Amino acid sequence: MQSKFWGYRRENGRVGVRNHVIILPVDDLSNAACEAVANNIKGTLAIPHPYGRLQFGADLDLHFRTLIGTGSNPNVAAVVVIGIEEQWTKRIVDAIATTGKPVVGFGIELHGDHDTIMRASKAAKVFLQDASELHRVECDLKELWVSTKCGESDTTSGCGSNPTVGDAFDKLYAAGSTLVFGETSEITGGESIVAARCRNDAVRAEFMRVFDRYQEMINRHKTSDLSDSQPTKGNIAGGLTTIEEKALGNIQKIGKTCVVDGVLDKAEMPTHPGLWFMDSSSAAAEMVTLCAASGYVVHFFPTGQGNVIGNPILPVIKICANPRTVRTMSEHVDVDTSGLLQREITMSEAGDKLLDMMFRTANGRLTAAEALGHREFVLTRLYESA
Amino acid sequence: MIHCVLHDPADSVAVVVVEGVVAGATLTGLILDEDKTISLPCVQDIPLGHKVALKDMAVGDTVIKYGVDIGKVVAPIKKGQHAHVHNIKTKRW
Repeated sequence: MQSKFWGYRRENGRVGVRNHVIILPVDDLSNAACEAVANNIKGTLAIPHPYGRLQFGADLDLHFRTLIGTGSNPNVAAVVVIGIEEQWTKRIVDAIATTGKPVVGFGIELHGDHDTIMRASKAAKVFLQDASELHRVECDLKELWVSTKCGESDTTSGCGSNPTVGDAFDKLYAAGSTLVFGETSEITGGESIVAARCRNDAVRAEFMRVFDRYQEMINRHKTSDLSDSQPTKGNIAGGLTTIEEKALGNIQKIGKTCVVDGVLDKAEMPTHPGLWFMDSSSAAAEMVTLCAASGYVVHFFPTGQGNVIGNPILPVIKICANPRTVRTMSEHVDVDTSGLLQREITMSEAGDKLLDMMFRTANGRLTAAEALGHREFVLTRLYESA
Repeated sequence: MIHCVLHDPADSVAVVVVEGVVAGATLTGLILDEDKTISLPCVQDIPLGHKVALKDMAVGDTVIKYGVDIGKVVAPIKKGQHAHVHNIKTKRW
């Protein structure tokens, strides 16, 4: 396996593989101004979202952590933050500024959209031109943080695309990479297997604590056996029958040898290399958004029936082993491992094929999702607003 | 051609991995972890990605895939039949 790639080394030492200048709204009310700035300054990227007002407690903490993490991600060169109010805007700006990257914020109140858009556009133009002069430098593989989450899974995910990610994760883990998986509800039926893979009793206890909490939440709110939600209609159409079957396919993504070294809260940043479990939603865009907010710079997304997801700042590499999907939805598939199911390639060859695409993507190749303009950015909410 | 795959030799179901599997066909199944093949009769049309039963199963039996419990039988299943939501349910939730 290669040991080097070409990335952008940021002010805090972290390495990114993209060079975005983002226009980040604090709240729903600021989306219009952010989109106007991105329209004025071509090459910048607005990241609109529907939340940020009247949230409180742990739900507000997660909102801030997700936005701050997104701005702090090393795939982002610089950030313009716009919020309706000065104070929450400043809170996000100050936290992103600790990375050392260029960041500036604007509050709309007392100014209105026009004046805010004009001032923010001037700042965004400077940031964009400065970012355009940054160069890629040679970086070590272990500096590449890689996340995974699967979606629109079917039975071919469990025997083809997910174990392909597992093989690649085993190889990256041995190389000292920082990795993450999650989807707490989609471990149901395989939790004892994940628990057995935890580094020690402390990690195992924390994994089981977050797993049991999620089960308790589902049991509290459910009105049925969750059929059609978990597994989804698409999963069932693809042949998956129960949540247990889906979960056992899901956990093929952590391979055979890598060990779960720690548990992260949603959008929490890992503190050392290894494989982390993030307590997270199993909904694709929510989980990928949380991975980006935790600082991951490349994402492996195995699919069976054909998920089309992308992310504004995190390149999402799609892997598929379903021969019908790679035929009917080829524009969405970056790595075709359908040969696994006919014994045309080995699992190790499939993993190497994915790692080759990972290096090409890290070096700058656009993913299918990037080329198609998929920029799903979905914030996880914990409960109702105040 | 491989028509279906098993994760573990102890599995009671296999996944059909090609299109056009119809009743009356004889299927070649690949055991992934052992890289060996088996042969079995198919008695119902089974879509790509759906499961074929590798043995007769009675109501209440546990269905095994990946060598692990994936749910319970809720309607009798014969070897070679289509095994899915009409005859298997989760034990959770």
